[in-house]
Amino acid sequence: MKSKKNINVALIGNPNTGKTSVFNQLTGLNQQVGNYPGITVEKKIGFCKLPNNIKANILDLPGTYSLNASSIDENVVIELLLNKNDKLFPDVALVITDVENLKRNLLLFTQIKDLEIPTILVINMADRMKYKGITLNIPLLEDKLKTKIALISSRKGLGIEALKDLIVNYKTVSTEPCLNSSSIDPVYFDNLRKTFPNQLLYKLWLVITQDVNFLNLDRKEIHGSFTKSHSDLKRLQQKETIKRYQFINDVLKEGQQIDTANAKDFRSKLDRVLTHKFWGYVIFFLILSVIFQSIFDWSKIPMDAIDQGFANFSALANEKLPPGVLTNLIAQGIIPGIGGILIFIPQIAFLFMFISILEESGYMSRVVFLMDKIMRRFGLSGKSVVPLISGTACAIPAIMATRNIENWKERLITILVTPFTTCSARLPVYAIIIALVIPDEYVLGIINLQGLTLMLLYLIGFGSAIFSAYLLNKVLKIKGKTYFVIEMPNYKLPLFKNVFINVIEKTKSFVFGAGKIILAISIILWFLASNGPGTNFNNAESQIIARNQLKPLSSVALETAVASQKLENSYIGLMGKSIEPVISPLGYDWKIGIAVISSFAAREVFVGTLATIYSVGDSDNENTIKNKMQAEINPITGDKVFNFASGVSLLLFYAFAMQCASTLAITKKETNSWKWPLAQLIFMSSLAYVVALVTYQVLK
Amino acid sequence: MKTTISSLKKGEKARIEAFDVESIPLKLLEMGCLPGNVVELLQIAPFGDPLYLNINGCHLAIRLETAREIEVTLINNEA
Repeated sequence: MKSKKNINVALIGNPNTGKTSVFNQLTGLNQQVGNYPGITVEKKIGFCKLPNNIKANILDLPGTYSLNASSIDENVVIELLLNKNDKLFPDVALVITDVENLKRNLLLFTQIKDLEIPTILVINMADRMKYKGITLNIPLLEDKLKTKIALISSRKGLGIEALKDLIVNYKTVSTEPCLNSSSIDPVYFDNLRKTFPNQLLYKLWLVITQDVNFLNLDRKEIHGSFTKSHSDLKRLQQKETIKRYQFINDVLKEGQQIDTANAKDFRSKLDRVLTHKFWGYVIFFLILSVIFQSIFDWSKIPMDAIDQGFANFSALANEKLPPGVLTNLIAQGIIPGIGGILIFIPQIAFLFMFISILEESGYMSRVVFLMDKIMRRFGLSGKSVVPLISGTACAIPAIMATRNIENWKERLITILVTPFTTCSARLPVYAIIIALVIPDEYVLGIINLQGLTLMLLYLIGFGSAIFSAYLLNKVLKIKGKTYFVIEMPNYKLPLFKNVFINVIEKTKSFVFGAGKIILAISIILWFLASNGPGTNFNNAESQIIARNQLKPLSSVALETAVASQKLENSYIGLMGKSIEPVISPLGYDWKIGIAVISSFAAREVFVGTLATIYSVGDSDNENTIKNKMQAEINPITGDKVFNFASGVSLLLFYAFAMQCASTLAITKKETNSWKWPLAQLIFMSSLAYVVALVTYQVLK
Repeated sequence: MKTTISSLKKGEKARIEAFDVESIPLKLLEMGCLPGNVVELLQIAPFGDPLYLNINGCHLAIRLETAREIEVTLINNEA
């Protein structure tokens, strides 16, 4: 039978085995990143052309050490593998292993194999075999493990074609299991077999031991007669693990030789420096400094170019399109709104690049190791460092990254404080305000003052996260076992292709995600700013002419006066004016007030809002947003609106305020309660208000 | 007094003897922390905790409190 259906391929493997690079090698940029329904685990699917015009859907499953799930990411793997009716159920599973950690990686392989799915063993990083003194007897391993083996190097792109051939011929791969489940506990398993003669024993065993959905079976039914105490189950799981390792050891004894005399080890030398009690911290701090300096300094040129480009584009649209309402919307609403977000691509791309490099290289685990004891003092775990650092990109993936923290209290505190770290959505706000109120000067020849301010803001973010964690640790009364296990992977030179694809994917989702909201909001804002109730708005021109009868204004001055009266009396102007009493003690005028309100659901909207507000009624579209903000004068005091005091007050307001609906949603999901997101919202927002108030009153 | 992983010195190797399954996470077992396997203490983090180990060829770090639960016997066959 010839079917046109694409082959479903699932990539399964331990973390740090190069699974993602195999995925990238097979699919290139042909990837789609989404979420599994109902949960926030990232789902990556790609497409791959195989020989003979056959196509494959490649599913990159979350990294897992075994089929005994300990987090929802790992749960995804089991739920898929146990559910034959899932449309992504794999026709063939590729278990990706690292040649240097073959023994441990094979544990997962034997588990997958016992599900009787055709399974191909992919041994990755083969280019390091010689260097590590490893030799493998592939035919013998294929025979003992009852599989086909692809020896590849995803890093060097070796063996990929041979792997594709194996995928095409997946039907020839044996589905015979590795371990006879009965051997774990013969009496117990024989009973199971008698009760459920049509089910795979290992599947039943997984269902009994884990908390997963199993569509074809009523779990309660199994549990009724086969319930065991938690400790009995764990004893059996230990026995199972020992059995599996016995099998693996027997196989590897014959199939693998390691000549340690040939092995060179620079891991231990690097470890000695990077986890050193003094140099370890110095290096960590230096790395962070370089990252934050470069985000500000290196991205300046492309950002200025984008800014000017959009200003020109907007002017061009105004000039070329026929005058009218639609042109105004495009030139004053949509183009500045989009420009307001696109301008931050350079900074966001740099940030994702650095985080991706830190994770790829294996350095992140050393930071976890280095920081664990210190972080525990604040009720956090060493593993909280990863969310706190990746929180500088976005709090949402950062909160998801807390899933590997074993202890619930440490995890909850990490989730609650992560939104304090300076995320990329704050960057646009910081960038534009710093550029306005902090002088672009160098101290000591190399340190840029603006870069330094940005770094300070990042430190304030981390500092308030740590401090709140300390408070929460005192307040929260949660007891739990404090498990902590972290793999220390080998150091690797980050692969350009992996970093590149990661940066593209993340930047794309930021731009489209934020872009949609910003576009919608800027259109609404434009409408509210160009329309208004009452005579002050509609008869602005005649009123001003009447007021200046004695000394008629020049046409330019008249136009400006009309525009500003219209804006003040537009719907948005009236809204802004009504909240002015609340925000003027912080040093903000009604225009900033509108930007603060509209960015309540997403911080990055702030800049787009100001861009739209300042563009409406400004005939000079060639001016950049920055220059327009610079020129803004407070009519009462005669000072600049964006002066040092109000600027710093705004910076601190944005540093603390919880202005991100998506973060609240993810906190709700991960903690399974409305209590925690509400606590975040109230605590962070009131802190922001108080700090901004005090700052402005002291500095003004 | 029983010897546990927590009492090893940097660079020492030992054989894992026994532990209470209840006090050890399953993940650690799956990474090769099983009776009979060899453990080497590679690094101690600043402030004495966590410990960076090589268990059965697998490099990982655990906290002192877990290390105290795992009984070992020293291997002293320095060649």
